[in-house]
Amino acid sequence: MSILNIKDIHLSIEEKPILKGVSLNVNLGEVHAIMGPNGSGKSTLSYILSGKEGYDLSSGEINFDNKDLLELSANERSNQGLFLAFQYPVELPGVSSMNFLREAVNIRRKVLGKKELNHLEFVKEARRLASSMFIKDEMLKRSVNVGFSGGEKKRFEILQMMLLEPKLAILDETDSGLDVDALKIVSNGVNNYKGKDNAVIVITHYQRLLDYIVPDYVHILADGVIKKSGGPELAKIIEKNGYAGIVDAA
Amino acid sequence: MVASKETISVVEQTTSKYKYGFSTKVDVEKAPKGLNEDIIKFISGKKNEPKWLLEWRLNAYKQWLNMKEPSWAKVNYPEIDFQDIHYYAAPKVKKKLKSLDEVDPELLKTYEKLGIPLSEQKMLSGVAVDAVFDSVSVATTFREKLSKEGVIFCPISEAVQSHPELVKKYLGSVVPVTDNYYSALNSAVFTDGSFVFIPKNVKCPMELSTYFRINEQNTGQFERTLIIVEDAGYVSYLEGCTAPQRDENQLHAAVVELVALEDASIKYSTVQNWYPGDENGKGGIYNFVTKRGKCLGDRSKISWTQVETGSSVTWKYPSCVLMGNNSVGEFYSVAITNNFQQADTGTKMIHIGKGTKSTIISKGISAGKSQNTYRGQVQIQKTAKNARNFTQCDSLLIGDKCSAHTIPYINQNISNAKVEHEATTSKISEEQLFYCKQRGLDDETATSLIVNGFCKEVMKELPMEFAVEAQKLIGISLEGSVG
Repeated sequence: MSILNIKDIHLSIEEKPILKGVSLNVNLGEVHAIMGPNGSGKSTLSYILSGKEGYDLSSGEINFDNKDLLELSANERSNQGLFLAFQYPVELPGVSSMNFLREAVNIRRKVLGKKELNHLEFVKEARRLASSMFIKDEMLKRSVNVGFSGGEKKRFEILQMMLLEPKLAILDETDSGLDVDALKIVSNGVNNYKGKDNAVIVITHYQRLLDYIVPDYVHILADGVIKKSGGPELAKIIEKNGYAGIVDAA
Repeated sequence: MVASKETISVVEQTTSKYKYGFSTKVDVEKAPKGLNEDIIKFISGKKNEPKWLLEWRLNAYKQWLNMKEPSWAKVNYPEIDFQDIHYYAAPKVKKKLKSLDEVDPELLKTYEKLGIPLSEQKMLSGVAVDAVFDSVSVATTFREKLSKEGVIFCPISEAVQSHPELVKKYLGSVVPVTDNYYSALNSAVFTDGSFVFIPKNVKCPMELSTYFRINEQNTGQFERTLIIVEDAGYVSYLEGCTAPQRDENQLHAAVVELVALEDASIKYSTVQNWYPGDENGKGGIYNFVTKRGKCLGDRSKISWTQVETGSSVTWKYPSCVLMGNNSVGEFYSVAITNNFQQADTGTKMIHIGKGTKSTIISKGISAGKSQNTYRGQVQIQKTAKNARNFTQCDSLLIGDKCSAHTIPYINQNISNAKVEHEATTSKISEEQLFYCKQRGLDDETATSLIVNGFCKEVMKELPMEFAVEAQKLIGISLEGSVG
């Protein structure tokens, strides 16, 4: 069943075309990787999907879970189960991580028709999942992303994904700035989460993340279009030959 | 505790912008509009005051006539017609009230709406409350329990009768009559307020709290609060303020005086939520308040914490005079302005004693078309050897039509004192808002969360139950400022 259907989307920023007709269908239970050289529009795609201001399409349609995605505000998209793991998670000074998580989770639970968790119930659940991401209690007491190392920030993103139980998770360059150990922790988190009732889009520049999170489909985004789609083997080819061959071939 | 829980639910239930904008129909006795010696005699007579106090008032009035309204603050408002105000308004009572059962049920309903449970049984675990409605103190709860400890907590009008020696000794000793235009006015016409006395070595067993409410139209509220803590005593005092929504501006000019003797400690917290006026700047309270504490004894401590969200114009500088050696003054402030609100607020720390220490943490948040000014003075006198001050002023802007100003004055008269000042100005970034929204928070929840984070250092100084209430208030007062 389709969870996300992107139909021929175009977007320009300051009159410069960034996406020039991208289409993509993602079904529940699938993992899609979107690869491409720097500046190919990968992060732009994640911003469009998550509803960041200033990323309005000039044409095209996007369906998410049988809804017109473009009609929903950023927070409604999240409420409906669309999650973006940020490439650069944002600091919120003075906002305790635990409170932030609880606020977000209870809003999502409300939409799902589940009852709100009280403080104790929530702390228990958050700690359980946090320990699976090797996140210490002490870190949850700190302000959101303030003083977190690069690896901690990414693990905290994945923790949020686990807690919010989205239908579609978009991981934007989640591997950037991670050492091998952190990469494994993050990948384990994603692998444990993915299942037949959700879907994952992995946006990455490098193939190495895809050794851990194995995609069903790989798409190469370059010059604002999907140049090529294939199975996991496509990522291996990129690893070997770089993007040059594919980008030139088009 | 009880009080706060109820207040929160009131805040949560209602959806209009200003939650306390109702007025109450009670039978009221008012003095005619205007200010002259006869009105002052009328007020004094109503309170059955001793002669010395009447003379004190009349002297204040004479001084006031020769004073000018201050104009140095960064606030603009039309001239106030001081003859167009009622200086006395009191709910009519036939006889002196002995218990809450005798209080006008309409009044009790009002306090219930405000989330102040006055009925004793609800208050078993709670806070002792003195409630001032327009000009008169309506009820003070828990007095018996407090009096067992020797604590006096009563309307100041009553203290004038029952403890005249204390009132005479300390009234005007911290804020002299002629300190400023509004303190002189207040001294002439103050009608009620709270009086607290904590004897030697007594730690007040519960938080004391006063709720002020302006109900009547064209009425000014001029309350007078006096808190005295003797050697090694301690009190935590909370003050909350609300008013109905009205088109015209109303004047609130209070004076608060604190006195801390040797090793005494006073914690004074305010959540000020007077009606701020509507989105177009119409109506609202003029809040011109003089608050000052005197650390008279060695090692005494006075700590002001304020969360200022209301009033259309705020002019307020809770200050500390640090006379005792090694005495400590603290000022923690959150001031939020939205729409057309104007706030000029800050503190004065006057270091006189040796080794005196002061800390100032001020968080100003401006939204809409509002003006938010921090004005602070740190004065180190020659006698204040090894004095220290740390000041941190942070401003947060929401939108691009508001403004924030930081005006510190530092007068350092000796070389071995240490004065530090830090100031920052920032904006809520689009990135922060987007991050929160991506996690499902709507604009208002996100803004409230970010602003509360920004204010955290101050909020943690508030007593627990007050902090929760203040947190909600911040969210409410910023409604409509984003998106």
